[in-house]
Amino acid sequence: METASLGGGFADAPVDAARAFRACLNAMARPGRIETVAGAAPPAPLSVAAGVALLTLCDPETPVHLAGAHDCGAVRDWITFHTGAPFSGPAGAVFAVGSWAAVQPLDAYPIGTATYPDRSATLIVEMPGLTAEGGARLSGPGIRDSARLALPETAVFRRNAALFPLGLDFIFTAGDRLAALPRTTRVEDA
Amino acid sequence: MSAGRRQERQAGDGGEPSMTEQAYNFAYLDEQTKRMIRRALLKALAIPGYQVPFASREMPMPYGWGTGGVQVSAAVLTPEDRMKVIDQGADDTTNAVSIRKFFERTAGVATTERTPEATVIQTRHRIPEAPLTENQILVYQVPIPEPLRFLEPRETETRKMHALEEYGLMHVKLYEDIARHGHIATAYAYPVKVEGRYVMDPSPIPKFDNPKIAGCPAIQLYGAGREQRIYAVPPWTAAESLDFEDHPFEASKADHPCALCGAEDSYLDEVIIDDTGGRMFVCSDTDYCRARREAGHTGAMGAPYETEAQA
Ligand SMILES: [Zn+2]
Repeated sequence: METASLGGGFADAPVDAARAFRACLNAMARPGRIETVAGAAPPAPLSVAAGVALLTLCDPETPVHLAGAHDCGAVRDWITFHTGAPFSGPAGAVFAVGSWAAVQPLDAYPIGTATYPDRSATLIVEMPGLTAEGGARLSGPGIRDSARLALPETAVFRRNAALFPLGLDFIFTAGDRLAALPRTTRVEDA
Repeated sequence: MSAGRRQERQAGDGGEPSMTEQAYNFAYLDEQTKRMIRRALLKALAIPGYQVPFASREMPMPYGWGTGGVQVSAAVLTPEDRMKVIDQGADDTTNAVSIRKFFERTAGVATTERTPEATVIQTRHRIPEAPLTENQILVYQVPIPEPLRFLEPRETETRKMHALEEYGLMHVKLYEDIARHGHIATAYAYPVKVEGRYVMDPSPIPKFDNPKIAGCPAIQLYGAGREQRIYAVPPWTAAESLDFEDHPFEASKADHPCALCGAEDSYLDEVIIDDTGGRMFVCSDTDYCRARREAGHTGAMGAPYETEAQA
């Protein structure tokens, strides 16, 4: 393990994680809402926001699937050192991280069971940017009338929502910002 | 902030921690426990009304004091929060005061009794009368999270019933009420169907509060410690109280104005005031009542607020 992997974690874990979780909670409770987070300095290609989400939510009980370019030594070492999370393929993942192209195909991840729909993966999708402008129209729980968020595509989220109460949940990250899309959100083209 | 810098201490690592001990982690719980609760909270928000299992920890207070709610609050609080704790609508009961002090001490958060000023509100048995906002989180203490429990004691069976949306028995139980009493007698913990899917126990709030759950701008989180369940209602989410076409749901309350502030829209407690059986009806939400009296409202038995404050 290189010494670089020892850096970039939370300086004051209990408080940094508390603030980061509030951002994640607000994002998941209000789909499309973009939150800014801080406290992690992860190695490339992990964004600050993806790093913060992993530090806040992962530990030895949560297998993580690293997809595509994110599956590299620097990222593995950093996650191992700071969270102790084991790595897995998509089928065993509680969390997955990667670009939209890299996390495909989505049917490889657990979507929960009829009696335990919570046993489903959360995908942390690294985006080039996060914006509401020109984005897909979102509605459903957490959204008063409608919200907007630019998504990599839309049909796939409609298929995911149709699985409810099963399904995947998404956290989109870019730089130090994140937004979320739970399985309940209805997604329409702009 | 200083609380977070104190030496981390694992909760439940043997040795009963006293409430005054200084060597606790931020918001008392250890980081691994908070992560586990936080993951459960995100899934609870993603599946509104569904009960997510979690591994509840021993807390330095009895179960009846709302350890589920306390654990949820511990997982969501930040140092910037201003917390309010109510028990049956009141901020000044032993239970509410103890929990408020607990988080003042362990998380260093500011506290308040005023609903509009609070960012996190932990509650037992009521939803505040003042409308909640987008900037608030309401944490409910839940004794029995399973609305089907009294129909089916086995967890494996109730899980299947939820999976199959088998809620017919629930309606039968409510209809038996109507047959026996002429109306639905269930007055507390009246079940709601969340977003047309999961039937949920809203905790033992009076059914008067049920309509406040639906379309609420705040995030609503529910924690059951002994039964180890977390569930949630996201903002702006549908939550329909179960009813029948010929017996629609009614959010009833005592048919009086508050004797102190004159409010006609708030849930009332009946209070015995003398040895001869005299009684009056007053707001159960003490902060709501105080705010109304401060604003100059006076009920039939209430002195003007200024006078009362000087007495
Ligand atoms: Zn009153």
